[in-house]
Amino acid sequence: MNKILHILETVKDPEIPVLSLVDLGVITHVAAEGKIVTVKMTPTFVGCPAMDYMKAEVESALQQEGYEPHVEISFEKPWSSDLISEKGKAALKKYGLAPPPDKKLFTDLEILETTTCPRCNSNHTELKNPFGPTLCRAIYYCYTCKEAFEQFKPL
Amino acid sequence: MNLALKELLYKMADDQLILGHRNSEWTGFGPILEEDIAFSSMAQDKVGQSLALYTLLQTLGESDPDIVAFTRNANQFHNCILVELPNQEYDFSLIRHFLFDTAEALRFEALSNSSYEPLAQLARKIRGELRYHTLHANTWMKQLGSATEESIARLQNSLEVALPYALGIFEPSLYEAELIDQKIFIGEAALKEMWLTKIETIINQTQLQLPDWKTLTPVYGGRIGKHSEHLQPLLDEMSEVFRIDPTAEW
Repeated sequence: MNKILHILETVKDPEIPVLSLVDLGVITHVAAEGKIVTVKMTPTFVGCPAMDYMKAEVESALQQEGYEPHVEISFEKPWSSDLISEKGKAALKKYGLAPPPDKKLFTDLEILETTTCPRCNSNHTELKNPFGPTLCRAIYYCYTCKEAFEQFKPL
Repeated sequence: MNLALKELLYKMADDQLILGHRNSEWTGFGPILEEDIAFSSMAQDKVGQSLALYTLLQTLGESDPDIVAFTRNANQFHNCILVELPNQEYDFSLIRHFLFDTAEALRFEALSNSSYEPLAQLARKIRGELRYHTLHANTWMKQLGSATEESIARLQNSLEVALPYALGIFEPSLYEAELIDQKIFIGEAALKEMWLTKIETIINQTQLQLPDWKTLTPVYGGRIGKHSEHLQPLLDEMSEVFRIDPTAEW
């Protein structure tokens, strides 16, 4: 099983190449019986256009290692931003995307008004648009470094 | 149960698809860049949500989602008329976005407790996404609904035009009793009551005025395939590429 997770670790989000699908939290179930591997995946946002691409990448990564993958898209365990691992959040920040705040704090969307700038760590920031270049990103402005930045949206 | 459930899924999927298409017509034309991006993102969300609903229908024996979306004529669509009306100016699009998305968010919230588990699972996912849509609508309603004489007058006018159509969202289905009995859905009447309260709460934070609800006549027909003259041209445009070669691989 560890070997399979290791293979899945190599498959990255096509729009955030530093983040593996495992760390993104979209792989919700993995089971293996001999060479047959069953994987359940779920989209970050229902309308995510990268879902089919990511599914094909998972299939191809497993096939290359000699497995017979059965990959299913499922909403049984819906994605939320809390499923991003600590490692994944660190990778996002390093990539220049503010990681989503902990959902425990996220009872109201007012939490969106500011976030920590991934470049200078300032909290003197402002939400400019809850919608960004992809469905999972919002646009902020940092008054300290005077630059716009993006956040991976909490959900 | 199947007919009632299918009718519910079809009207929701068609609402999402048609309004998603209308939202996408703002791409490249938004009054400011942020609004261009916002309406385009909401379009992508809604079309994606319609795909998920058509996919559920497929598991119940209906055709492939692309066939369902691109090969039906207007009289086979179950969306409410509100969503098919042309975008017009930004004020009308904003009012429609506010009126429709408020109802939609409440609908998916209610469906997250549906006895039909695949729909409940999907609703639990979609309701979170819709918070961003209602946040967007409410923010602009509060800002522009109290901004200048012109912004208030424009929104007031669009509100009065849109409200009878918005009440058409809740056109009762033939299957209301069945859906309620089987705990699939709380029903249109209950949804409408929650919607009225929510709409009033937001409008009361602006300088806009709601007319007396009793004076309004809902525009029905969309749910049974009786549409305005605006739907067929939208469908012709939306399916133009698909119809050239339905078997093309993308």
